[in-house]
Amino acid sequence: MGYESSNHRSNEADRNPMIRLLELAGRPFIIAVEESGRIILLLISASTWMLRPPFRFRVIFKQMEFVGVNSIFVVLITGTFTGMVFALQSYHGFKMFGGESLVGATVALGVTRELGPVFTALMVTGRVGSAMTAELGTMKVTEQIDALHTMSVNPIHYLVMPRIVAAIVMLPVLTIVSDFVGILGGYFVGVELMKINSGIFIAKIVEFVELEDIFNGLIKAACFGLILSLIGCYKGIRTTGGAEGVGKATTQSVVLSSVTIFISDYFLTSFMF
Amino acid sequence: MIKLIKICKSFKGQKVLDNLDLKIEPEKITVIIGRSGGGKSVLLKHIIGLIKPDSGQVLVNGVDTAKLNDKELNEIRKVFGMLFQDAALFDSMTVGENVAFPLKEHTKLSKKEIDEIVEEKLLAVDLKNVTHKMPSELSGGMRKRVGLARAIALNPKIVLFDEPTTGLDPIMCEGIDNLVINTQRHTKATFVVISHDIRSTFKIAHKVAMLYKGKIIKIGTPEEIRLSNNPVVKRFIG
Ligand SMILES: Nc1ncnc2c1ncn2[C@@H]1O[C@H](COP(=O)(O)OP(=O)(O)O)[C@@H](O)[C@H]1O
Ligand SMILES: [Mg+2]
Repeated sequence: MGYESSNHRSNEADRNPMIRLLELAGRPFIIAVEESGRIILLLISASTWMLRPPFRFRVIFKQMEFVGVNSIFVVLITGTFTGMVFALQSYHGFKMFGGESLVGATVALGVTRELGPVFTALMVTGRVGSAMTAELGTMKVTEQIDALHTMSVNPIHYLVMPRIVAAIVMLPVLTIVSDFVGILGGYFVGVELMKINSGIFIAKIVEFVELEDIFNGLIKAACFGLILSLIGCYKGIRTTGGAEGVGKATTQSVVLSSVTIFISDYFLTSFMF
Repeated sequence: MIKLIKICKSFKGQKVLDNLDLKIEPEKITVIIGRSGGGKSVLLKHIIGLIKPDSGQVLVNGVDTAKLNDKELNEIRKVFGMLFQDAALFDSMTVGENVAFPLKEHTKLSKKEIDEIVEEKLLAVDLKNVTHKMPSELSGGMRKRVGLARAIALNPKIVLFDEPTTGLDPIMCEGIDNLVINTQRHTKATFVVISHDIRSTFKIAHKVAMLYKGKIIKIGTPEEIRLSNNPVVKRFIG
């Protein structure tokens, strides 16, 4: 559809190089708008399927397990080291004016509000979002999705909806884990290596970190879960072009999800804090 | 009863089906032949509503499926079974789960009853001791058999086959041909089979339809096709 209409337009544009230039510059924008539209339509469709029986609890639980099992290890590692490096950096910063006692609170705030949700989401995107695209993409190019249609099973109901629900539920869970080991890593660096007083380290965390900080971080995590699973599924079910197409779709899915996570993180933060 | 009326379908300006008319007789085996890339799969996907025509009508029991919404289409599809060219088995499920899938989705049978039907259907396609294997562990011919077992799990009134014998060795082909003939005789379902294998076509068909340049240029009994004077048909059946 879009293909034909843009063809038609370029015939006219042949006469005017200015229009042609504008069109060339505008095309990526048009494609981006079209693609966003289709992603939102998929979200609407998946949401309505959430409310219709059968509710597919088994498939959802299987996906939750998949998300959790596949990501827990990388989340533990990245979470711990993020907390550690953050403690190290802030220690050197705060030492300049004798504020070492604030290292714990700084790490805890940074991790719960920002680094925990974002790094967890990026890791899950790499491990799980990509796997969703690859799996659904393979199903698409080997006609398994068509086969679902012929058996009167809607692929959005059976494949997309459970993955989105699972990611929305599991991302906050993984983020809690990441927050916890992040603060633990910060504690290790601050107290064990840099010899900050343990009591003060903890007291400042309790003083400065509100439950709301953690909670808002988890809301972010749920949003990121939605983003990475929605884009992962979208890229998967629209895959064409055989095994090569699956590879391309997977790369696109990871890049688009990551970028969208960063952008939406800014806006979520500006609404929340 | 399936009737395709004046179907046109293009992909990106390339005309695949061009004003195609086709009437498929109920409770018979109709084989559609034609060259590779000629649009046979596209034609078959029109029948079950996987692809919608640019123009024209697809009538299934008098209902134009091209005009149905997803929900109505899903209702109609329950009378269909389809075997895809590469079987399209769910590769995350075992063979048994594949065959059980339509039963779990669309019946209220107990697990035990479903297991019994799965065994029965697998036996009907000559497969034993494969229930717990994954599709990736099977040969091409076995995968097609599983695909067939899954397609007939709900005893559909209409079964569509996309090249059931392509890519199989001659013995395997013969096995599948016999399977198609026997299953149809047994179930009295309407079978639409795509083939580009002439020998197997004449063996299984009640009716043969030749697709050429987007149209059905000839339809008749195997005998009529064999004796046809149409130069394209003659060339094709060699
Ligand atoms: N979904 C699709 N999108 C674009 N082109 C398609 C699609 N399906 C089929 N085609 C094209 O239609 C033509 C007929 O394909 P097909 O029906 O698969 O042929 P065959 O007779 O071998 O089964 C081919 O040129 C193919 O590239
Ligand atoms: Mg084909």
